[in-house]
Amino acid sequence: MWPDFLDCERVSLPSNVAVYRVVVDAHHWSWAADALHEAGADLLALWGSDDCDRDQCFRIRATYLLPDRVVLIEHAMPVESPIYPSLASRFPVADRLQRAVYDLLGIQAEGGDSRPWLRHGGWPEQVFPLRRDIGSAQTYPTRGTPYPFVQVTGDGVHEVAVGPVHAGVIEPGRFHISVVGEKVLRLEERLGYTHKGIAKRFETLAQLDGHRLAARVSGDSTVAFGWAYCAALESIASVMLPPRAAALRALALERERIANHLGDLGALGNDAGFAFGLTQFSSLKEQLLRHNAEIFDQRYLFDFVVPGGVASDLPVRAMPTLLRENAALEGAVRELRAIYAHHEGLQDRFLGAGQLTPDQAKKKGAIGLAARASGIGRDIRIDQPWAPYDRLGPVLAMRSEGDVAARVQVRFEEVLESLRLCGQLLETLPDGSIRSELSNGPAGQLGLGLIEGWRGPVMVALETGPDGGIRRCHTHDPSWQNWPLIEVAILGNIVPDFPLINKSFNLSYSGHDG
Amino acid sequence: MFDILSRINRVGRLSEPLPAPDVALSEPSAIQRELLSVFGRALCIRHVDAGSCNGCELEIHALSNPYYNLEGAGIRFVASPRHADLMLVTGPVSVNMEEALKMTYEAMPEPKWVLALGDCGACGGIFGASYATRGRISDVIPVHAVITGCPPSPLAILRGLLELIRRLDPV
Repeated sequence: MWPDFLDCERVSLPSNVAVYRVVVDAHHWSWAADALHEAGADLLALWGSDDCDRDQCFRIRATYLLPDRVVLIEHAMPVESPIYPSLASRFPVADRLQRAVYDLLGIQAEGGDSRPWLRHGGWPEQVFPLRRDIGSAQTYPTRGTPYPFVQVTGDGVHEVAVGPVHAGVIEPGRFHISVVGEKVLRLEERLGYTHKGIAKRFETLAQLDGHRLAARVSGDSTVAFGWAYCAALESIASVMLPPRAAALRALALERERIANHLGDLGALGNDAGFAFGLTQFSSLKEQLLRHNAEIFDQRYLFDFVVPGGVASDLPVRAMPTLLRENAALEGAVRELRAIYAHHEGLQDRFLGAGQLTPDQAKKKGAIGLAARASGIGRDIRIDQPWAPYDRLGPVLAMRSEGDVAARVQVRFEEVLESLRLCGQLLETLPDGSIRSELSNGPAGQLGLGLIEGWRGPVMVALETGPDGGIRRCHTHDPSWQNWPLIEVAILGNIVPDFPLINKSFNLSYSGHDG
Repeated sequence: MFDILSRINRVGRLSEPLPAPDVALSEPSAIQRELLSVFGRALCIRHVDAGSCNGCELEIHALSNPYYNLEGAGIRFVASPRHADLMLVTGPVSVNMEEALKMTYEAMPEPKWVLALGDCGACGGIFGASYATRGRISDVIPVHAVITGCPPSPLAILRGLLELIRRLDPV
């Protein structure tokens, strides 16, 4: 049942999509979670803040994603008992999010897993670094603490433990795989190795500089995070983005999607023993990156999105280059797609590997690309299109098999759709300015930016401080939702397929760790 | 099979000559000779992400695409620090990676070199030093050379690697 208070007491928040905030007590915190769960909402993000300097309270905030809007539920707790009801029974992703909130702020969810998540011994147990009484330059000696992984016992069960330093060029993380023979019985992930204290760092930056840090939350999603940050700031400051700037940002976002999908399609071929795929796709990706460097002066478009617009205009001479590139890429991707589809050895590795059924995906709260390969047809560009996607009409890519093959297919379809969108953006590129004047946002405002990156929705929640400062900024990568999916998808598969299955999700460690 | 061979034939060879400020070194064979004189074999690199945003990793991956022909120069990435001559480290050493970074360094056989990659590796970058990061890599393990950039391009990484090799005394 949809409770009335979710409609009656809602306040609209500054954002590029429709966001409503509802302030609740502890009882209604749980009630809202129940109602939103029943309505089919996904838990998007969970974060806390220390407002003891202002009103002697800690606050916990949760954003829920519905097909047509985002609901932000906020609950304030008195300084002497920062405890709130856990969301983990309805939304499994809440488990790790709640542990992360505790490690940084000492705000505790009632019940559930109490093992630390982001704190590996780099700061003392009773120190909560995101609290306001902890200075931003404060450091502590590292004291390594053992992490109690869940032990699996039984006849013939043994454990394969890998990480945090992996054999390839990969980000760090730890995986404990319990196996019988070659079959995986259980996988337990431990993440947090690249935690860089991004939230604390934001509090030392000016609003007009924060986009540079947001752009480095996860380097492979730099455009998505940069845009999400700027969307939050521009919404707070009530600044309209010039249509040309919006179109150029979308062009950059789609080029980021294409580049990452090309890289993954090649790596997935390689992980299944088809080196030809890696050679071909990595060459296509390199060609795209070189065009980025030639036209935008940045291979990965770091810092291309800036508050109020974009850093550089598209030169007239670049138009034929980009249109030619578009046609050539489409031809190459279609040709390679046919080769992948008809290669029996490759399909033998892809089909049925690492399956995540639509039912499992729904229960686990999968989002983004991984969800779309398991029958969940959600894409913010389509469900809640912000400018310029409202005029582009992106088409959904979806499969329901949920295996590696399905995630490969969704990538192929999304590359082709992004190429179509890029073509459309180039042909209809509005004239005019690429940047609006933007001054500091008013203090004490909360704004949200939500952008469908290549991996899924990325979110930035920005709370402004006085004199152009940042009071609190929370960034959320969809990898939080999708890391636990691999623990499910790997079950019953063989250990040698772990790299392939892991790559088919290709989640961000840095984006998750913060 | 025909479609695969046909595409290979049409795409052709994409590899470019290695970059070198020194004309005498612009031939791949000259670089290989130099590598041989320094190491007596190929240069083996172990990469460690000590807290990077993964931007530098994208460019390290790009180094292995056909354009840069890294292995053609006798440079390759290896799976274990025990097989490595050089450690390529990225990130503003997160406190959660500090111990693993030191252990990886200790696991490398002598003689060994460390190359810090990217602005974060060089000076902590935008993340600086805090409760969660130690900042530059040379504050945690010895560093022999630095390549700046956010992220440095594959060409910059390649140049940095070749320059470091030239500076090393023959073993």
